[in-house]
Amino acid sequence: MSHRLPFHRYLLLFCVMIGASVGDALLDRGMRDVGAVSIHHLGALLTALLNPWVFTGILVLIGFMASYMTALSWADLTFVLPSTAFGNVITALISRLWLHESISPMRWAGIVLIVLGVGFVANGPSLTERPVETTD
Amino acid sequence: MVFSVAPQTWVSILAVVTSATAGDILIAHAMKAVDLDAVRAERGLKGAIVAVITSPTLILGIACMAVSFFSLLFSLSGADLSLVAPATASLTFVTTAIAAKFILKENVDRRRWLAALCICVGVVLLAF
Repeated sequence: MSHRLPFHRYLLLFCVMIGASVGDALLDRGMRDVGAVSIHHLGALLTALLNPWVFTGILVLIGFMASYMTALSWADLTFVLPSTAFGNVITALISRLWLHESISPMRWAGIVLIVLGVGFVANGPSLTERPVETTD
Repeated sequence: MVFSVAPQTWVSILAVVTSATAGDILIAHAMKAVDLDAVRAERGLKGAIVAVITSPTLILGIACMAVSFFSLLFSLSGADLSLVAPATASLTFVTTAIAAKFILKENVDRRRWLAALCICVGVVLLAF
């Protein structure tokens, strides 16, 4: 049985993959400007929304959410989740290229494991087959 | 390095994981309950968007995600993204796979468990 999806569905999963990590990286960049938030001054989280990095991050995350929800309408949660997990690989690469953190051999091993995990699931069926309910 | 993390960071990570898992399950359930193609054929894209965002299950799921999001912002202000992102993602991945099996009754076969394990360990390794 073939488990291939149409091209536009792979494109949507790709948006799910990059959306969360790009959004998170923007949030991290923004929260560096905002500084540490004390538990006694949680209102500071609301002013963090005014930071342009945080704001852009939220816009990207809304786009991610739309793609994610659309994917969930035709695939299992346990099928879509590995795509979001792949986002961590992209987070690591963004950290390296944009935020100039270094990637240790352990991190590379982690990246390989995640890619393997995504590969396992991506090759399988995307939706649990349910017995068709008979109406009479 | 893990032991040098402040206790409130772990509490906020736990809050992120719990609310994200609940949110994921609710949203997945809501999106399966709507026959998106049929609604779209009948009422167009706008109608489909309205049908989706007015679902009570979805709104509850989004509320959980909002709690998760603000917990995440809070943890990011006290700890590095390179700790918070892997910790929350790996834990959420496992809790959600378990919840998907028992609550959503998804067919989590050997392939998916293996993937869950690989990804969980992989995400933890990213923290080193």
